[in-house]
Amino acid sequence: MTTWPILSVTTFLPLVGALIVYVSRGDDEAAKGNSRWIALWTTLITFAVSLLLVWRFDPTVADFQFVEKTNWLAAGITYHMGVDGISLPFVILTTALMPFCIIASWKSIQTRVREYMMAFLILETLMVGTFSALDLVLFYLYFEGGLIPMFLIIGVWGGPRRVYASFKFFLYTLLGSVLMLLAIMALYWNGGTTDIPTLMHTAVPRSLQTWAWLAFFASFAVKMPMWPVHTWLPDAHVEAPTAGSVILAAILLKMGGYGFLRFSLPMFPLASHDFAPLIFTLSTIAIIYTSLVALMQEDMKKLIAYSSVAHMGFVTMGIFAGTMQGVAGGVFQMISHGIVSGALFLCVGIVYDRMHTREIAAYGGLVNRMPLYALTFMVFTMANVGLPGTSGFVGEFMTLLGTFKVSIPTAFAATFGVILSAGYALWLYRKVVFGTLVKPSLASIKDLTFRECLTLFPLIALTILFGVYPKPVLDMSAASVQQLVNNYNTAVSAVKAAALLQ
Amino acid sequence: MSFETAGYQLGPVLPELVLAIGSMALLMLGAYRGQETTKAVTTLAVLLLVLTGVLELALPAGKLVTFGGSFIVDDFARFLKILALIGSAVTLILSAEFLSDASRRIFEYSILVLLSTLGMMVLISAGDLISLYLGLELMSLSLYVVATSHRDNVKSNEAGLKYFVLGALSSGMLLYGASLIYGFTGTVSFAGIAAVAKTANVGLVFGLVFLLAGLCFKVSAVPFHMWTPDVYEGAPTPVTAFFASAPKVAALAVFTRATLTAFPGILGQWQQIIVFVAIASMALGSFAAIGQTNIKRLMAYSSIGHMGFALVGLAAGTTEGAQGVLVYIAIYVAMTLGSFAIILAMKRDGKNVENISDFAGLSRTNPLIAFFFAMLLFSLAGVPPLAGFFAKWYVFVAAIKANLFTLSVIGVLTSVVGAYYYLTIVKTMYFDEPLTKLDPVRVELRTVLAVAGLFNILFFVYPAPLVSMASAAAKSLF
Repeated sequence: MTTWPILSVTTFLPLVGALIVYVSRGDDEAAKGNSRWIALWTTLITFAVSLLLVWRFDPTVADFQFVEKTNWLAAGITYHMGVDGISLPFVILTTALMPFCIIASWKSIQTRVREYMMAFLILETLMVGTFSALDLVLFYLYFEGGLIPMFLIIGVWGGPRRVYASFKFFLYTLLGSVLMLLAIMALYWNGGTTDIPTLMHTAVPRSLQTWAWLAFFASFAVKMPMWPVHTWLPDAHVEAPTAGSVILAAILLKMGGYGFLRFSLPMFPLASHDFAPLIFTLSTIAIIYTSLVALMQEDMKKLIAYSSVAHMGFVTMGIFAGTMQGVAGGVFQMISHGIVSGALFLCVGIVYDRMHTREIAAYGGLVNRMPLYALTFMVFTMANVGLPGTSGFVGEFMTLLGTFKVSIPTAFAATFGVILSAGYALWLYRKVVFGTLVKPSLASIKDLTFRECLTLFPLIALTILFGVYPKPVLDMSAASVQQLVNNYNTAVSAVKAAALLQ
Repeated sequence: MSFETAGYQLGPVLPELVLAIGSMALLMLGAYRGQETTKAVTTLAVLLLVLTGVLELALPAGKLVTFGGSFIVDDFARFLKILALIGSAVTLILSAEFLSDASRRIFEYSILVLLSTLGMMVLISAGDLISLYLGLELMSLSLYVVATSHRDNVKSNEAGLKYFVLGALSSGMLLYGASLIYGFTGTVSFAGIAAVAKTANVGLVFGLVFLLAGLCFKVSAVPFHMWTPDVYEGAPTPVTAFFASAPKVAALAVFTRATLTAFPGILGQWQQIIVFVAIASMALGSFAAIGQTNIKRLMAYSSIGHMGFALVGLAAGTTEGAQGVLVYIAIYVAMTLGSFAIILAMKRDGKNVENISDFAGLSRTNPLIAFFFAMLLFSLAGVPPLAGFFAKWYVFVAAIKANLFTLSVIGVLTSVVGAYYYLTIVKTMYFDEPLTKLDPVRVELRTVLAVAGLFNILFFVYPAPLVSMASAAAKSLF
């Protein structure tokens, strides 16, 4: 249907934008403005192009669409791109959130603006690429390459403990990923190729499945992050600039879940089945333990970071339930969490820009001076809690439903997480927004500006839209999820039948 | 057998002959015209290296053997000779500033580099133990002298002396090993040894161990690495750049050729040695570099680690493994030369600064240099999509195929440790408060940096040529 490589264009447009930012020099203030505008327009155009993908996407087809394939490294390792119903939502999420990140950094970033915008644009290319790569080596390239710009974003524009946080982020993630790299090599020799669609239909011996699953798990569990390897996340979130936190929470974390869906379940179904109890245990611990930890936080960003870990627990639980509802719920929960947590970090960024502190105790009674902000923050808090009518509810409900069919104790325990999340989220909201405004430093605080409304209101609309009408996302992914679940169940039941025969 | 029918034609050695005669001519020029000719001799030396490379490429294709099997020109040799020639030529270009100083106007420097390169070429083509030793000594003796070329500097002299004493010791070990191998197999040619050494016997293995010890010294692999940090730090920086590039190519070449073509029958014997050496080098290179404050010393430990990674490919003992070694060394040379171009560019108030703290805030005073260096460091750490990642990919993919899982896991884990100290330099350049701007960077340094830096960043776009050349070269060994 198309003659131009629409997916590659989406992927590499931001890179072109970064080059334009690089060559646009000038005196200081003008140059800063230029780079901001170029970055904004690049992300907007990229978003527009990515909408073309949605428009031309056929949701009834389970296989990969917009496929591009060119020779690259060697036999079996090609430049292979394409999206299916599972990856397309993430591509759109990425391209949709980038303009908000640029707008959110408009005023708060004043030093080295040009480099900042370049780092974000390069990061966008790498993130879109991660979700649309159909070759393991290519995937790894994008997946790991994202570490470099994020390392610099945290380290250069971050808070006081930025060096520690950036090193921890980089080394933690690298450590997990190098093991995955070895597993990729083993798969290469097993199947003679690193082509993902081919590998999905290549039988992997049981023992290799186990080891490869563990190696991929090492990488994605860190990225996700799952308890107990989540400790890098609060540090990275707290120290990163607002837009960095948004990207981290909304998109980088989703790479872990996406990896489980793209690799672990389809390529190692038996190992996934064997290890499902482990995942359930870790997810339950994550949901309950990190929710409790979130209750004790004094820093707003840290609280949201811990709540992210808890919410990702629902995702992993749903994915490894291996049921239609669980997997579809996992995808939906990731998209929803991408919007909601991104928005929450934007909300924190707004008061941080005014007061330069993220201490919960430093705030209180904001509703008196900032009614609009109070309303916005409330919507996202409710979505974070999972109130029916917001997108957060749909994802949590579906994952719980999917898990219930497989493991009742897990679903039972995880449900407590919903209650706890109401605990910490409402507690945070009450401390920051309600009460009387007594602190003198807050007396002159201003409500949302037009620019800030521009970043938050579309996200409110999406949160509520997907809360009452989740169909667009669910429909987009349905066929691919169905195929994934069918293949998974076929593989697992085939082994069970074989075991019974013996 | 090709070596029995091989004659004694001079055709295959034509590039080496031209290089030898050319360097003699340049020596005469310098000797009769004095030190004012330094600049001219250096320029002509670079041209001579280019000419040698062109002649090498112009040789007829296929495997050429001469001197009764002592000298082999195959795709493997062509690939590595070109690489070594590039390394030497770029080093001479990088040395221009060092040689322009009145007190150090020594034309012999270029001649020594040429002779050393000649030794490397013989070494790369060596088909028996005799030509191996000849090449190795010609290369090493020139290197010892080059190390001390900063005559009035105590550290430079110390470096040269240390290198010489330890190098002589290692040559002795190598020679002892070679004589044992000769004694137990009755031949010195690699093909002949391979034909006899089908099973391991104690004497042969004894000889093999000594031979490998000597070779490990030359590639600075643990436990024969001790000279490296001192020599790297003490020698003048252009010389360090030279040590880190071309001789490593030649030493790794002969290491690969000797083990794969002379001892394929006793793979199990040398494989465990290489596995140990690789693990020890990767681990020491990663951990010992963490505490370093001098960038040249750090590069020394980094090169020890990188030799460990390259040996991972060799440990596999397969075509893929040899290909991995070749890709690794090619990318390593590019990364090293780029890094040393930056270290040479680190000048403030006319003086070279070599502490890591001197890089503070470089991203703001000299953004382009800082960017290229950061990318080179990420590449050295093996982070995709930079060239260094592909280097690691090819050695580890070979190791995985050969079922060397423990080696691979330890290898990638040490690469994470190694990433820490590369990140520390990036941190210094990007996160710390800036110092004063650097002195204007000379054009030849900028050129080398741009070429190496762009190669490093853009390698992933079109990796096929290098990879397929390395593949052809690796196949020619088997």
